[in-house]
Amino acid sequence: MTQDILSFQCPIPLDEYPYVVMGHGGGGRLSHQLIEQMIAPALKNPYLDGHDGAVLGPVDGKIAYTTDSYVVNPLFFPGGDIGKLAVYGTVNDLAMCGALPRYLSLGFIIEEGFSMNTLWKILVSIGIAARETGVQVVTGDTKVVDKNKGDGIYINTSGIGVVPHNLRIAPDQVKTGDKIIISGDIGRHGMCIMSQREGLSFESDISSDCAPLAGVTAELVQNVNVHCMRDLTRGGLVSALLEIAGVSKTYMEITEEHVPVNSNVAGACEILGLDPMHVANEGRFIVFVPPVDAQRTVQILQQHDIAQHARIIGTVANGTPGSAVACNAFGGRRILSMFSGEQLPRIC
Amino acid sequence: MIKYVSEFRNVQAVHKILKDLHGITKHSWSIMEICGGQTHALLRYGIDELLPKKITLLHGPGCPVCVTPLEKIDKAIYIARQSDVIFCSFGDMLRVPGSHLDLLSAKAEGADVRIVYSPMDALKIAGENPHRRVVFFAVGFETTVPAIAMTVHRAATLKMKNFYLLVSHVLVPPAIRALLAAPDNRVQGFLAAGHVCTVMGYEEYIAISKEFKIPIVVTGFEPYDLAMGIFMCVRQLENGTFKTENEYTRAVARQGNVLAQDLMHRVFKVVDRKWRGIGVIPQSGLDLNEHYAEFDAETAFNVHLEVQEPEECISGLVLQGVKKPFECSEFAKRCTPDHPLGATMVSTEGACAAYYRYKMIDGDKK
Repeated sequence: MTQDILSFQCPIPLDEYPYVVMGHGGGGRLSHQLIEQMIAPALKNPYLDGHDGAVLGPVDGKIAYTTDSYVVNPLFFPGGDIGKLAVYGTVNDLAMCGALPRYLSLGFIIEEGFSMNTLWKILVSIGIAARETGVQVVTGDTKVVDKNKGDGIYINTSGIGVVPHNLRIAPDQVKTGDKIIISGDIGRHGMCIMSQREGLSFESDISSDCAPLAGVTAELVQNVNVHCMRDLTRGGLVSALLEIAGVSKTYMEITEEHVPVNSNVAGACEILGLDPMHVANEGRFIVFVPPVDAQRTVQILQQHDIAQHARIIGTVANGTPGSAVACNAFGGRRILSMFSGEQLPRIC
Repeated sequence: MIKYVSEFRNVQAVHKILKDLHGITKHSWSIMEICGGQTHALLRYGIDELLPKKITLLHGPGCPVCVTPLEKIDKAIYIARQSDVIFCSFGDMLRVPGSHLDLLSAKAEGADVRIVYSPMDALKIAGENPHRRVVFFAVGFETTVPAIAMTVHRAATLKMKNFYLLVSHVLVPPAIRALLAAPDNRVQGFLAAGHVCTVMGYEEYIAISKEFKIPIVVTGFEPYDLAMGIFMCVRQLENGTFKTENEYTRAVARQGNVLAQDLMHRVFKVVDRKWRGIGVIPQSGLDLNEHYAEFDAETAFNVHLEVQEPEECISGLVLQGVKKPFECSEFAKRCTPDHPLGATMVSTEGACAAYYRYKMIDGDKK
């Protein structure tokens, strides 16, 4: 089966239906053809047995549950695609709770006229990402909307994970004195997407950092006293710090020059007038641990390819609860604040 | 490209200049950095906190987003709402509040508003959409003018009939003259905007230095540049000289970019221009000249508005260096980047936004 999937050959005869039509979401023959010939083979597992719901076996531990939606444009970008992103993103949200990801649901909202071949490529990518991260897609749904009422394809997911320990890994566990550790350089995903967008196209070879994190987080949870973890998705490092500072009523101080930024990302941000600390990531996270565990945490992270540039970037310190400050090498300090609305490139 | 800036962010080099600056500063001085980009860099790197206490920095009107008058925003929104229009703009104009709403809200209501990074992208969109009218919001100081002039010139060569500019260009030297001529002027020295001078050179500033007996230093945007620009300005003030000097020699030549200036003059003419919060400054703006008048959106869409600015926002005084952002009673209360009352809180280069972002440490207002 793997061979079939990796062949990237769309199983629905393209001369018959090269594009998704309204009927593919209508519940009739075309819907069934789509599920049986495309979705089921790509995501094959025993739970996809024709029921609308999945009955899952008993689990050993608490349950972590999350949901997310994916609307990225372009659908394919250097380092990933919307399918891979949907799996990794959902898995990562579970991983941040200290959970082992188990099951996913997938809801597709597809625009009429969407290329069947492109849909197949996305399904294949989802299948590969699911196997890689050890999750099973156990239930799903497909709707088709009128032409011009969608942006190609949207994917909604939910994910279930098992928490195999009694630790509470959450923002309210963060304590004054904790060290803040980052898993690698920031800003790749956001700048990769921005470099691809119409109207902002500029030459760059920035790839998305899109990566699954559950393996490394599981190892951390087993070996060090993790207080909190957070992936640095929308809003980037700054939003993650401020959200956690807000919940834990703590004050964070980071050293700006310790935050790794790839030189291409730094250059692109410089040109567009953006701050890399605000830019989205899809494979980076921060960990809060007591000082005694900080070095060990960095060591564990650095053993993984996806976190080999991990380092300590700051401390939870004494200061105004709910705020975060970046210290720079010149001796200046600046308050970190979430940007308003969306980040907009500036004029000059 | 980052390697070209890293040496100008060298901590030892910056600290050395700041130490020298502390050594030479004997009297109290007020220096204005013209450009909003410089304001942000000063606050972002905390350079302002490392200066001698006797030096006061005043933040100038050099933010094109901030000084674009309310009525231009209203005109932009009016034009963007026409059903056959694709309205293209640099990103940070989209959140500037007009009288009732901003371009982002107009977009949410259904207007086709697109962010472009280069005016040439807007022209490309016009070429791809021959049945739509494509309007580009031509905002900016002398820095953005050449690329826009090039675009209009190209549109004329291609005989484009569906491409227009809503022009709101402004010029720096007339604004400096207006500030210096004002009776309540506090500015004793200027840091001129390096990027503007890259295009225009600094001949005009030499004349201003002579006429108003004021030192001007053409300054870049990195921590080293800013520290050095302030040092050079203070050195003149302490010595009682008033010349125009160039700190940003790696980018700026005395005569500027002559080719770019020629292109500007071929497409644009100098006109009186209203500045948001300040009022009309004579001969301080650019409009398309008669050869390119067919590309003027205000004529093509027959939109003529005059709008009074709200009184509660003191952005005009902030832009003139008369008041600091935190001297406004609404600062960080009713007026925040999420709900800006005036343009200086909107732009990433606006002085109020800079103070809000970088200076509210520990809840205090410095």
